[in-house]
Amino acid sequence: MLTKRIIPCLDIKNGRTVKGVNFVDLRDAGDPVELAKQYAEFGADELVFLDISATLEGRATTLDMVLRVAEQVNIPFTVGGGISSIADVDALLQCGADKVSINSSAVKRPELVNELSKKFGSQCVVVAIDAKQIDGQWKVHLAGGSIPTKMDLFEWAKEVEQRGAGEILFTSMDHDGTKNGFANKALAKLSLDLNIPIIASGGAGNIQHFIDTFQLGKADAALAASVFHFGEIPVLKLKEALKKNDIEVRL
Amino acid sequence: MKLVIINYGAGNIKSIQFAFKRLGVNAVLSNKPEEILAADKLIFPGVGEASTAMAMLKESGLEQLIPTLKQPVLGICLGMQLMCESTEEGNTKGLGIFKTHVKRFDNDVKVPQMGWNVIKDLKSDLFVGIKENEYMYLVHSYYAQHCKETIAKTDYGINYASALQHNNFYGVQFHPEKSSLAGAKILKNFLEL
Repeated sequence: MLTKRIIPCLDIKNGRTVKGVNFVDLRDAGDPVELAKQYAEFGADELVFLDISATLEGRATTLDMVLRVAEQVNIPFTVGGGISSIADVDALLQCGADKVSINSSAVKRPELVNELSKKFGSQCVVVAIDAKQIDGQWKVHLAGGSIPTKMDLFEWAKEVEQRGAGEILFTSMDHDGTKNGFANKALAKLSLDLNIPIIASGGAGNIQHFIDTFQLGKADAALAASVFHFGEIPVLKLKEALKKNDIEVRL
Repeated sequence: MKLVIINYGAGNIKSIQFAFKRLGVNAVLSNKPEEILAADKLIFPGVGEASTAMAMLKESGLEQLIPTLKQPVLGICLGMQLMCESTEEGNTKGLGIFKTHVKRFDNDVKVPQMGWNVIKDLKSDLFVGIKENEYMYLVHSYYAQHCKETIAKTDYGINYASALQHNNFYGVQFHPEKSSLAGAKILKNFLEL
């Protein structure tokens, strides 16, 4: 049976991880390669690197980092952040990234999803959607949730599926950073409406939240950052707990 | 050991190269017939769309060459699918090495299948030291139907062939280069065939 995936997410700036990471026995906590190797060893199923470099030099350094991750890590990984063209994606895939994640650039120019899936295949095109509820309606937001749009989450998700997205990474801005659990109602609706995998993001605080997002939210994968980085929830322990709850995981 | 990755413009070749590098073997990229013929072992990769990939193979003349190869050849993902008789993706005729057809998953499952699933009923030297129900990383929307060349099976809605073998030709639907230590073991087994 296809297993549910656990995906640690690392924020990258100028080729280094940002946000605190607190692992014992790590020579260099800022080195994404070291961290990625550690996660792969501890049972992570995939990794996501979110590039938040603002400058061209920073982005070039990220490419070099992608190359080093591909060289040393034996599980799949996705790179997101600042991707807006075929050339951007080509460069990342050439360096060994398995998938790319696009967000604002898809909202600004939805044809990009068609172009990328046609050129590189749907399997490597993840569309990330940040949304929050306004008057009870889930609205898509841009720039890390700071800019609201009029677009409805479910309509936009359906549209990008039809345009060739291979996967949706849905972050609830209402839940992100709260550690109160994932947006399971919206996730379950996405999973029902769409026929591509859905990654849950935003709100992970404890193991029960992961159990809930797979059982109630019908998510195919769950992504989190701080709970993994600070060792609050060791990946292996999480997967053992999921298995005890009859959720299929790779152990 | 002269290991060549057949380079016809398809796929995430870097990951395969790196996976072999971790095993201490340098894999050379080539589309030159003389280099391909002189190799000890060959990898036939492929990620992307079948009819486009097949068109690239035809253009480079590799379509004729590959079925005549005598060394061990390992097709990965779309590479394996192109070694079959045909695929529904883009209504494409394949190389006809494996006597089976590639179909699209029905919509009663999410398509693409993306993630880790198990391989079972293993029967090939490729799987020496690999336990039944070992996890492999898969990303695909199309699957090969069973035939007498099936050497591994996987369930996703239906039960399908996740690996095939015909004489010196091997094909795996999963990505051994991305499948952690077990995947690396399969690549090592291939090198030792």
